[in-house]
Amino acid sequence: MIFSMSKTVLSSLFSKPSTRLYPITQRVPFKNTRGKIEIDIAACTFCGLCSKKCPTSAITVTRADKKWEINRLQCLACDYCVLVCPKKCLTMENAYTTPAVATSKDSFKVARVPDNTADSKDS
Amino acid sequence: MSKRTIIPFGPQHPVLPEPIHLDLVVEDEKVIEAIPSIGFIHRGLEKLVEKKDFIDYVYVAERICGICSAIHGQTYCQAVEEVMNIAVPERALYLRTIWGELSRVHSHLLWLGLMADGFGFEALFMHCWRLRETVLDMIEETTGGRVIFGSCKVGGVRKDIDKPTLERIVAKLNGMEKEIKEVTDVFIVDRSVKHRTVGVGVLSKQDAYELGAVGPTMRASGINQDMRKLGYAAYKQLKFEPIVETAGDSYSRCVVRIKEIFQSIDLIRQAAVQLPEGPIDVKVTGTPSGEFFARTEQPRGEVIYYLKANGTRFLQRLRVRTPTFANIPALVKLLQGCELADVPILALTIDPCISCTER
Ligand code: SF4
Ligand code: SF4
Repeated sequence: MIFSMSKTVLSSLFSKPSTRLYPITQRVPFKNTRGKIEIDIAACTFCGLCSKKCPTSAITVTRADKKWEINRLQCLACDYCVLVCPKKCLTMENAYTTPAVATSKDSFKVARVPDNTADSKDS
Repeated sequence: MSKRTIIPFGPQHPVLPEPIHLDLVVEDEKVIEAIPSIGFIHRGLEKLVEKKDFIDYVYVAERICGICSAIHGQTYCQAVEEVMNIAVPERALYLRTIWGELSRVHSHLLWLGLMADGFGFEALFMHCWRLRETVLDMIEETTGGRVIFGSCKVGGVRKDIDKPTLERIVAKLNGMEKEIKEVTDVFIVDRSVKHRTVGVGVLSKQDAYELGAVGPTMRASGINQDMRKLGYAAYKQLKFEPIVETAGDSYSRCVVRIKEIFQSIDLIRQAAVQLPEGPIDVKVTGTPSGEFFARTEQPRGEVIYYLKANGTRFLQRLRVRTPTFANIPALVKLLQGCELADVPILALTIDPCISCTER
C-alpha cells in the first residue's frame, strides 16, 4: 500500500492546526501543573527544613539575616518543599518561570528592619 | 578482500539524540563489527543514595530517566516498601498502574515518532507526537508534570485521580484509539516504510536469550516474558497477555510496540473500572534494614533495582540495571553484517535511553 497516510494527511489539511501560535496564544496550565515556587515570606520562620529536604539544594535559608533564597534554574519543581514546610508558607504556582539565559537567585527578606538595639527582646 | 575502515558513530549524531558512541568496522558498505562505548553522561546517582534520606531519594530516582520516570519512581518505592514490609493501599497500587501505562503509551508514541524521523518520514513523526501530546496533557492534568510525574512516594502515591477526571481520560483514550490506529497502520502496511524494516537487523530467539535482551526487543524475537506478569502493583488483577512476535527484525520490534500501545490503553480501561475506593497512602515510620531486588517492566524492558539498607536513614547501596543496558549486547549483535545506512535505524529499534543507562 502506498497511500496509507492520505486519510490522516487530508484530515489535517482541513482541520485547525495542532500547534499554538506562541507567544500570541499561550497555553493555559492545569490546576495541578508544577510551575514555580512562591513564598509568603511573612509567615516563614526560617527553620531551614525546605532547604534541607530539597533534592537539588536550590533553597538557601539564612536565619541570621532572615533571608530565603531560591536558585530558579536549580529548582526542578518537585513540590517537596511545599510538602515539608511546617508553616505552609510555600506554594507551587502553575505558571513556569520565564526563560532565562543566566542563573538567577530570587531572594526574599522579611520587610521589617530588625531592631539592632541591645535590649531588644523580639527579633 | 576489501579494506577495513573504522567509522565513528556518535556520541553526537543527527538521528540519535542519545550519547552513545559506536566504532563501526566496515568493509565496503557492510558493518563487520560494532564496538560500543558509553560513559559520556555519568551522573553518579547511585552514589547519591548515601547522602539523601531514603524517603527523599524518590525524587532523584524519578529523574534517572525522563521517559520512564513514573516506573523508575515506582520500582524504587516498591523495593523500599518490600524491605520495610509496608502494605500499600490497593487504590495507590491501581493509580501507579494507570500512570505506568500512561507513560508506556507516551513512550511508545515518542519512539514511533523518532523511528519515523529516523527513516525520513517527517509527517508521520509529527502525527505520532501530536497524539503523544494528548497523553502528556492527561499526565500533566493528573500529576502536575508532563514527563516527570512526581506522583509516587514510599507508602503510596502523592496525588489522587478523582472519578470524573478518570472517566474523561478513559473516554479520551477510547476516542484516540482510532486515531492512533490510523497513524500506526502506516508503520504496518506502508510499502516504503516496510522496505526499511522488514528483514533488517534480525535477532534470533537464541541470541536474544543468550545476550539477555529485555522488553520489546526480546519479545519481538519470540520470547514470551513480561515483568508485569509477576503481578506487582495491580497487574495481578488485570487481564492481559504479553505481546510476542517471532521474526526478530526491526518490523517485529515496531509491531510489538504498536500493539503494546493498545494493550496499555486496555489496561488503563480495566484499572479504571476496578479502581477501589480508599486511602492512597500509609504513614511510613522507622528505617529500612535488609536488601531487595525489585523488577518491573518499563516501556523499554525490564528494570532492576537492587537496594541494601542498614537500618539508618541512608541506604548503603543502590544498583539500577536499566533496560537499555541489557539491550546493548543485542544491539551490537544485530549490527553485525548490516548495511552502514541501516545503522541509525537499527540503533533506534532497541529504543535506546543512554541517559538512564548511565544514571
Ligand atoms: S520550611 Fe517553610 S518555614 Fe521553614 S524555612 Fe522553609 S519556607 Fe520557611
Ligand atoms: S520544588 Fe523541589 S527542587 Fe524546587 S526548591 Fe522545592 S524542593 Fe527544591
